[in-house]
Amino acid sequence: MIKLWFKSGAPWIWLNAAAVSICMIMVVGVLGLVVVRGVGHFWPAQVTQYNYQEEGKEPQLIIGEKVDASVTPSEMAKATGHKMSPDEDTLVQYLIKVGNRDVTGSDFLWIEERNIKQHADPADLIVVERREWGNFYGRLVEVKEAGKSIATGPEAWTVLQSKITEALVIFKEIAHLEKKEIGAINYGLERLRLKQKKLQLENHWDATAQAQVSAETAAYDVEYKKYQAQLGELYQKIRRNSIVAETESGTKVKIPLNKVVRAFKPNEMSLMDKTVHYGVKVIEFLTDDPREANTEGGIFPAIFGTVMMVMMMSIIVTPFGVIAAVYLREYAKQGFITRLIRIAVNNLAGVPSVVYGVFGLGFFVYILGGNIDQLFFPESSPAPVYGTPGLLWASITLALLTLPVVIVSTEEGLARIPSSIREGSLALGATKLETLWLTVLPMASPAMMTGLILAVARAAGEVAPLMLVGVVKLAPTLPLDGNFPFLHLDRKFMHLGFHIYDVGFQSPNVEAARPLVYATALLLVLVIIGLNLAAIVIRNNLREKYRALEG
Amino acid sequence: MSKINLQTNPSLASSLSSGGVHERWRLIKDAAARYGVIAGGLGIIFAIALIFFYLLYVVYPLFMSATAQSVNQYDVPEIAMGKTILLGIEEQNEVAARFTDTGQVVFFEIGTGKSILTEAIKIPAGSTIVSFAQGSPVSEGAVIYGLSDGKAIIVKHQYKVTYPNNQKLITPSLVYPMGEAPLVINDAGAALEKVAVIIGGNSSTIVAKTAEKIRLSHFEKEKSLFSDEAALTRTDAVLNYSATDVVEILIDKDEHNMYLLNKTGQLGLFDITDKTTPKLTYEQHIVEAGQTVTSTAFLNGDLSLMIGDSSGLVSQWSKVRDKLNQFAMQKIRVFKVSNKAVITINPEQRRKGFMTVDADGVLGIYHSTSERQMIQENLSQGPVAAAISPRANAVLVQTDAGKMNYWTVDNKHPEVSLRSIWQEVWYESYPKPDYIWQSSSANSDFEPKYSLTPLVFGTLKAAFYAMLVAMPLALMGAIYTAYFMTPKMRQYVKPTIELMGALPTVILGFLAGLWLAPLIEEYLAGLFTLFMLVPLAVILFAFVWQFCPKVILQKLPEGFEAAILVPIIILSAWFAISISVPLESYLFHGTLRDWFKNELGIGYDQRNALVVGIAMGFAVIPTIFSIAEDAIFSVPKHLTVGSLALGATTWQTMINVVLLTASPGIFSAVMIGLGRAVGETMIVLMATGNTPVMDLSIFQGLRTLAANIAVEMPESAVDSTHYRVLFLAALVLFMFTFVFNTLAEIIRQRLREKYSSL
Repeated sequence: MIKLWFKSGAPWIWLNAAAVSICMIMVVGVLGLVVVRGVGHFWPAQVTQYNYQEEGKEPQLIIGEKVDASVTPSEMAKATGHKMSPDEDTLVQYLIKVGNRDVTGSDFLWIEERNIKQHADPADLIVVERREWGNFYGRLVEVKEAGKSIATGPEAWTVLQSKITEALVIFKEIAHLEKKEIGAINYGLERLRLKQKKLQLENHWDATAQAQVSAETAAYDVEYKKYQAQLGELYQKIRRNSIVAETESGTKVKIPLNKVVRAFKPNEMSLMDKTVHYGVKVIEFLTDDPREANTEGGIFPAIFGTVMMVMMMSIIVTPFGVIAAVYLREYAKQGFITRLIRIAVNNLAGVPSVVYGVFGLGFFVYILGGNIDQLFFPESSPAPVYGTPGLLWASITLALLTLPVVIVSTEEGLARIPSSIREGSLALGATKLETLWLTVLPMASPAMMTGLILAVARAAGEVAPLMLVGVVKLAPTLPLDGNFPFLHLDRKFMHLGFHIYDVGFQSPNVEAARPLVYATALLLVLVIIGLNLAAIVIRNNLREKYRALEG
Repeated sequence: MSKINLQTNPSLASSLSSGGVHERWRLIKDAAARYGVIAGGLGIIFAIALIFFYLLYVVYPLFMSATAQSVNQYDVPEIAMGKTILLGIEEQNEVAARFTDTGQVVFFEIGTGKSILTEAIKIPAGSTIVSFAQGSPVSEGAVIYGLSDGKAIIVKHQYKVTYPNNQKLITPSLVYPMGEAPLVINDAGAALEKVAVIIGGNSSTIVAKTAEKIRLSHFEKEKSLFSDEAALTRTDAVLNYSATDVVEILIDKDEHNMYLLNKTGQLGLFDITDKTTPKLTYEQHIVEAGQTVTSTAFLNGDLSLMIGDSSGLVSQWSKVRDKLNQFAMQKIRVFKVSNKAVITINPEQRRKGFMTVDADGVLGIYHSTSERQMIQENLSQGPVAAAISPRANAVLVQTDAGKMNYWTVDNKHPEVSLRSIWQEVWYESYPKPDYIWQSSSANSDFEPKYSLTPLVFGTLKAAFYAMLVAMPLALMGAIYTAYFMTPKMRQYVKPTIELMGALPTVILGFLAGLWLAPLIEEYLAGLFTLFMLVPLAVILFAFVWQFCPKVILQKLPEGFEAAILVPIIILSAWFAISISVPLESYLFHGTLRDWFKNELGIGYDQRNALVVGIAMGFAVIPTIFSIAEDAIFSVPKHLTVGSLALGATTWQTMINVVLLTASPGIFSAVMIGLGRAVGETMIVLMATGNTPVMDLSIFQGLRTLAANIAVEMPESAVDSTHYRVLFLAALVLFMFTFVFNTLAEIIRQRLREKYSSL
């Protein structure tokens, strides 16, 4: 009976079905994992106070968020050196984020459940997000202004909130002055220096030029002094306030308010408060600069860099991809050459992306960029302008990488356009170009769009080649700003995918950075899946349309 | 062009004959567009060719041989000052120095031989120079003179570069690092017949041989706390070794090993770590019977000794650990330099290369690691002395005809040969030849190890495990989706799995490295159980399923197996994982990892080939699935219908008709998947430890070509050997994937033709 059943092939069909199911489970599982971990990060967790006593040691207080738990069977726990009593089957451990890195030295602590004597979530515990040393957990003691205590006890909290709001306003002003205004002055000075050097190289460095340059420099200097004075005032103002808080061990810590991002009492927050907090954190994540070696704060520069790069790439890849597809479908006679081109397209699609990076680095950056520098920017030598990895080269490299995606997709679109349409146009006296430009290409435009979207999705997720041709872990300036010529193609940029790799693997504090990496990964996955779904929808619509045309 | 248009497009012909400017312009535009589009289409071929040839262009200089150019030949400067015992060249290749046997140092312009400065060593009256030696490393420029009254004098030649009036000026000078007064080495005043010296930052060692004794003197600088003056403390030791036949004394720069060579070719290795009690640790005969040692030198780094003999052989000896874990001198390679005696061996100062000149004046430049002969030139005069410049780009040879020969050398990449890249190489201080990738290190006298073999091995290992995971899942999935699944379900399943391929690999790598790897480490037994349990559970469920009441069976449409199986698979997987920990502690008394380690000696890396296999398998599945599914799905319906009509079951039709017809397509799917697995970078970068080891074990890490490029490329200097070797790695990757992809595409093209003809 069983033999017969096997002979019928049914078990094989079931096994094949299982393979599909496994694939589906894996896809959904991975997406689910990223979503669950990525979404949870910004939700304010309860802060718990543990009365903790290890055997033979003094009891101690531990305050922190429970991050992880692990259960180890007693056999294994013994092997790793834990003392286990015979009636214990398992060893339960919790990973607690205790923060206060400036006091304790590390953010995280493993504790054993059996040593917890008592635990509670008192409402007065505060969490302070700082610009340095990570989070602070503890209790608020007092708020100080210019060294004098201005509020203690319960009213300190409300005073603190208003002071923080004040400090944040000043902080924003300082950031604006330093980055925008003084940044612009520095940029202007650098341009002047290059101008001077260029004039010297060309032997035009005469009295009028000298006078002009020195006048401009002086103007910048005056402006700089003005901003400097403003900055000095602001710094004095923001440094005046500070808070004193108490850690779990009773150590009093003074936190200057210019280092505080926000303070909150998670145990006191209502669901509404938490939702608002969540929303604020998400917005901060999307629009702020990273802090603390990228492990905290936002990822705005990475989003911006990715978008810039992808846009540049689209501008480059679309014409080339479309032209190649048009050649394959409309002009070439199907034969040896088209076969060769198809092989080339497939190879372009199959060449490992890191090889593109190597090629981009050697050919675009060093050969093309090096020559551009020699021809057009002799004044900035020996510092390279285009002869170093940057946005332009990254975009071109990725354009080459995504070229096959656009070609294949456009070609598919062209192939679906019924030949009667072309013949009709030609019969009315249009040239081939006119037919193409006025009828065929407009009809195929959704297909091109599909190709472009897929190319963008591919480029947004690609990391390996970018590591070689222009991505950095922290770019001091964005590639687009208010300084002439506004778009700086030679600048290095940040990228979401590289951000994940860098923060997840190269960061000094991987444990603390992990939630942020999940959040970044979630963002990237959402973008890429969104793009892919859009491409699928467009393609399906297109197919419907052509089917109607043919019918 | 327009002619064709005239024939194919009569309406245009008439408009052309009317001769309107507008019409002409339209035609010109049309023709221009035609050429533009053709150029664009052919541009694709150009692009792929450009990538290939550019990579080749960068790699090519690695395998070019070096060239030497004779610049000038001139009379030996100040020949009256005595016979040359040493030649030296400074960094910029402008000034050279000639040390003579009368204690004179002649500095001269290297290009012309014009004498710049002649300085005499301060030798006390009444004593004469008996012996002379150069300190190690050569770049320090220290030399020692052994005198007839048991004293020794140490001199360094130095060069200062200044730019008066924007002109480069190099000023040579002599300094006395141990003081101008000669050091008393032998109290009895016996002549120092052989000397050797090492001048280090804080300590110096002098070894001197008199007629019957060899004495080791060590000087340690001790900084006083209160003054800048440093006091020298001296220790002396007399070697318990017959001094009579010793012809050569060499000390390495760490002052840990001393080599004594006697007339018969007997080499004695002394451990002089403790300067007061030098120990003879090893002795060996190092030349063939009947031959004599004619020249010796340390290779840069002082880890290996080059011995030139009278038969024209240069052998490289290095101190390595033998099987008993004791140090022994091992001959790691031999160069046949000429048929005549090798008169001089000059090591390069920054690489593991060396120059030899034989008795006939044949000059050769070699590299030890790659075993390449880079240059061979005949001076056709016997040599007196020779020197190679610090940057190894110039050579100076004095011949016995009283001429100085100045050559420039272009020898940029001697470190690499096809042999050293693909085969086992015996590196200095290694017990045996091995495949090793180790491209850089902190110190300058490091021997770079550019073996691509472990990287190719790692690449194939990762690809193998990835294919092991991906192939069954993707192909079986493709079969089911294309042939058995209901069209409605297929409409959703196919895009979903293809979406999997759009997931950025950096995310897969991140999950693999930080989530999957620790998970697998914890539930290792569970994973293996899962691999066995899931198929079993599926079969079992399928068997039970057929006994289900007909009522239920009929309600479910055919081709819904996949949906029904989802909970079964999740349940069985969950079960396998949850019994993992108890299973491990019950069966293996601890963890499976420890058991593997203790019982089988298999080590466990957290980020290993298993993790890579699963993660990269995940990335490769969509590629294979999509192409294979297309191939199976487009098998013409009349074939399958015919088979079914003849009484075959669906499964028989599947195996014997569909798979057979679609097999080229499936093959090309596998090829393209393999190409993707070979070139994948981020997953292997993040999910393996990136250790370039050659170990088949599934629990060990690996390093692939692609990950290696990503890790090392940003740090390599442009146009250095390392840079070019990384390009070679890229070229190898390119070729791998080129072969797979071209093969796959050609097969697919054939298949498409076949389908359309069926």
